[in-house]
Amino acid sequence: MKKTSFLKDKHVKRLVIIMVLWAVFMAITRFSKFYTVINFQTMFAQFPEFGLMSLGVMVCMITSGIDLSVVGVANTTAIASALLMRSIGGDTGTMAVFWIPILFLFAILIGTVAGALNGFLITTFDIPPILVTLGMGELFTGIGIVLTNGAAISDFPKDYAYVVNSRFAGIPVQFIIFALVAIVLAIILTKTTYGKKIMMIGTSQKAARFSGLKVNYLLIKTYIISGICAALGGMIMLANYNSARADYGTNYTLQSILIVVLGGVSPAGGRGKISGVILATILVRVLETGINRFPQISSYYISLIWGAVLLFVMVLDYFSENNIKLLKRK
Amino acid sequence: MNKRIKKILQQNEVYILIIIFALSLLIQFRSGQFYTPNNIVDILSAMVVPGMFAVGAFLVLLSGGIDVSFPALASLSAYAITKSLLDAEYSGNILVPILLAIVIGIILGSINGFFVGYLKLPALIVTLGTSSVFKGFMQGTLKSKQLAVIPSGMKKFGTSALATAENAKSGLTSVLPVAFLVLILVLIITFFVLRYTMFGRGIYAIGGNESAAYNAGFKVKRTKFLLYVFAGVIASVAGVIRVCMMQQAHPTNMLGMEMNIIAGVVLGGTSMVGGKGTLTGCMLGTLLIVLVENSLILIGVPVVWKKVFVGLLIVIGTAMSAYQVKRADKQRVKLTVDKEVA
Amino acid sequence: MEDYVLRAVEIEKHFSGVRALDKVTLEIKRGEIHCLAGENGCGKSTLIKVISGVYQKDGGIVEYDGESVEKLTPIDAIKRGIQVIYQDFSIFPNLTVMENLAINSELVENRKFVNWKHVREIAQQAIAKIGFKVDLDAQLGNLSVADKQMVAICRALMFNAKLIIMDEPTTALTKREVKALFKVIMELKAQGIAILFVSHKLDEVFEIADRFTIFRSGKLIATGNTEDLDDKKFSFYMTGREFDNAVFKPTNVTKDNIIQVKNLSLDGFYKNINFAVKGGEIIGITGLLDSGRTELALSLFGLKPSTSGEILIEGKETVIDSPQAAINSGIGFVPEDRLSEGLFLERSIGDNIVISEIDKLTKKGFVDKEKYEREIQRWVSELTIATPNADNAASTLSGGNQQRIVLAKWLACEPKVLILNGPTVGVDIGSKHDIHSILQKLANAGMAVIIISDDLPEVMQNCSKVVVLRDGQVAGELDTNDIQERQIIDIMM
Repeated sequence: MKKTSFLKDKHVKRLVIIMVLWAVFMAITRFSKFYTVINFQTMFAQFPEFGLMSLGVMVCMITSGIDLSVVGVANTTAIASALLMRSIGGDTGTMAVFWIPILFLFAILIGTVAGALNGFLITTFDIPPILVTLGMGELFTGIGIVLTNGAAISDFPKDYAYVVNSRFAGIPVQFIIFALVAIVLAIILTKTTYGKKIMMIGTSQKAARFSGLKVNYLLIKTYIISGICAALGGMIMLANYNSARADYGTNYTLQSILIVVLGGVSPAGGRGKISGVILATILVRVLETGINRFPQISSYYISLIWGAVLLFVMVLDYFSENNIKLLKRK
Repeated sequence: MNKRIKKILQQNEVYILIIIFALSLLIQFRSGQFYTPNNIVDILSAMVVPGMFAVGAFLVLLSGGIDVSFPALASLSAYAITKSLLDAEYSGNILVPILLAIVIGIILGSINGFFVGYLKLPALIVTLGTSSVFKGFMQGTLKSKQLAVIPSGMKKFGTSALATAENAKSGLTSVLPVAFLVLILVLIITFFVLRYTMFGRGIYAIGGNESAAYNAGFKVKRTKFLLYVFAGVIASVAGVIRVCMMQQAHPTNMLGMEMNIIAGVVLGGTSMVGGKGTLTGCMLGTLLIVLVENSLILIGVPVVWKKVFVGLLIVIGTAMSAYQVKRADKQRVKLTVDKEVA
Repeated sequence: MEDYVLRAVEIEKHFSGVRALDKVTLEIKRGEIHCLAGENGCGKSTLIKVISGVYQKDGGIVEYDGESVEKLTPIDAIKRGIQVIYQDFSIFPNLTVMENLAINSELVENRKFVNWKHVREIAQQAIAKIGFKVDLDAQLGNLSVADKQMVAICRALMFNAKLIIMDEPTTALTKREVKALFKVIMELKAQGIAILFVSHKLDEVFEIADRFTIFRSGKLIATGNTEDLDDKKFSFYMTGREFDNAVFKPTNVTKDNIIQVKNLSLDGFYKNINFAVKGGEIIGITGLLDSGRTELALSLFGLKPSTSGEILIEGKETVIDSPQAAINSGIGFVPEDRLSEGLFLERSIGDNIVISEIDKLTKKGFVDKEKYEREIQRWVSELTIATPNADNAASTLSGGNQQRIVLAKWLACEPKVLILNGPTVGVDIGSKHDIHSILQKLANAGMAVIIISDDLPEVMQNCSKVVVLRDGQVAGELDTNDIQERQIIDIMM
């Protein structure tokens, strides 16, 4: 445990170092444009949408699975919610505030159903999670397209976006939602037996079965958590864009996997810390916003930088891990 | 007994074939448009690029790896080649673009191969990373834009017809481009490599049992490296072919194809853990995906439903083949036990 | 001068400063059967890897046929006539028998292309050498373990092998298959091929080996002729300890059955199984590998629920259709394959111990850290698990200590019935002895213990009763006091 927690700390440490370096660099080069309250408020309103999806991918990856359906689920949730609001308030009408928590419950319901379906298919048929969630992602995106005819929906009451886009004591509501989910998830992962159990499942599903863990039940639960995270991410996208469409945020699938791996979660399962993933999420946003402050640099370089950072981190892991392995071997 | 096992093993291809046939009959029945010369030709030409991608994805899956970077690799290579040839006002034939594609494919593929083969990093994450790098390089460094004009040689290659088919009823004609031969060529080469070279057997061996392959004397690292290079070359060439066939270079519209291609390969019976799969199955699975993507409109399914059907196909298809494997395993155990008892 | 196929003299090997081999010497004469023995982690696998070119030595001399070789790759070793048959046989389950047979020789010939006619010829020659009959076109994965091993042996024979190294070749074989294997080994010997036979099963060493070498913690302890070796010496060389092998006499047997099985059946695997175990008793269930014993074990733990019949726990009929149901009715299960089924190798020793009872270590729905740690410490000391820190990964321990973790996991659940499937497979003699005394202590504390094993000395020594399975049915239920091992074998076959 000491060795592994040291390793995990190393992940977090590395991310912190990159973040600090970047912060210093931005302070030297673009202080006045980067270090503004509004800039930070914008960033903290934006990252929760993919941050939530990354949290979902994280729990699945801890069990050595993966969830490629997050974006599909998010968009479908956003579309369904938009349609629901439209029927509540009429085309340009308004909607009473009490509907907003109900909308969130509705989103959680959709996320639960989506996740349960993923989990059910993975556990009953033994299909690799990557395929199930890929197919389910397509399916959900497809349903979204059918519901909208492929177009964006924006004619629904503005009250929802207004509330979620507002700030509470200067803190964006989007971030508050993200923080709440992250805290709940952190408690679940570190303090409950569920957290311990999914780590064990990620290490060895077979041994988990032979130890009497309810593997299928736990996996379904995991994909439900991921589904809920994705659905909430969709709700934030709905607020941020003030519209819903089946193909928003299509690059978030890869981005969330990137974030999770950057955050120190092992793709082989059994290892991962929520703090790393949250740091990686913020880092990705801060990097992107920072680069945008340099108009001469194409924002397209961001994807190159992410990829390079991901590969670099993996190579670092490779070397440090191999040392540890050599020490262990007799 | 042996025949029975063989049958079980072959089932996946047979199943896919039956499904394809049933689907074609359904389309024929509903629209009368499936078994028409021009529709067949359309499907064949729609198979060219996905088919080539599928071969690359198939080879990598066979070794127990996965490659999600091929669309980005193909896009980068195709864009770079088209753009530089345009800048150089190249007016020769298709040979130079293809040669360039092979060279770029080798370079980009060797990046994947280095990380996966020599550093033994997980293939999914590596290729996600390189995919992101390729895309960023294309859009950032090369500042890619849609190119409405492509070099004349490529254009000519894209439009030159191998065969033309006309639908007697509707009068519609479809052209089977010469590019189709490239797919055939790739299939023949791959078949030969897999069946008659030690490199090809090495791919199967590594997918079946990597440490055994090492013990037996296979150069595992080098084989994997070369495999990703080979897959990179196929993808790169496919990218150029696609530009030729579309008569324009659209930098991003190949991106996102990776998962459906892989799903098609897996539907065709290729195991995600490596070692098992046939080229025939790989092509049939891809054909099924292509059919669903292109032909649903013929039976009156609106375009907006396309993704729903593709999603359902992936989920149900993989569930069925997973179920098959489970049942075959059970039956095998039972058979041997029965034999012992008797 | 003696004619040696292989001399490895004063070999040293380090892994990041840890000395795995400390000047060990192994000499194998032409055409002899040489047994290499030692407990897990004694360095025998490391030495094999050095000999076969997988590892590079850090010091010492390796001579093949009297010729000293400095640097060696696996291919070189094969060319020099050294063949290793690893425990997993290094085969390709997804390829045909024919390809598996031919692939090595093609690699050695450094072929770039495959000529299928040639492949078939090679394969036919290979199986003809020892008269092995098999369908060359069958997929290897569909063969039985013994046949897979025969394929591996045939493959090894193809390059004029002078030395065949077999790494614990009998572990996964039934008694009958071991007999057949020994016949093949004797035949090879007659052809002048030397065999290095790695085993820690005493009876096998006596039965087949001409000479032996024993390592302990990376050092050479003894080498010599098998005639000069006996039981006592063998265990002493292996462990550095002496044991008494007294037969267990239960002292605290309850009046009523704790577990009773009535007409239990699982279609295609076993039929109408009946037996009962009282508290304080240890009973054995034995049979050949395919007798249904493993499936019966899995059924009792709910992993492969039975299709008909009853299981009574303390006289009450109990449905056991999942491991959870089994645990809730007081059944613990130590599985056959410790490494993949019993342990989470990369997780800490502590996590491994408490995973099955984790739901009890909570306070208001959250894990109670204090209780958690206390529980771990309790079991580490109770079962004397040798580790400096329970936070270390389970993979850092030896086989015996790992098995103790698995035992601890179940004891922590306070079971009434403990079922162990092959409890000491791959465990060295010292730990085996310790595990037996733990089981005996548990029985004396009132637990019903069921040992499923084909290690007959183990059964005879610990169990008061043995149920023999054959072809999925009870072929006999015997009192171990009245019988000899021989009789059990007769019923098993």
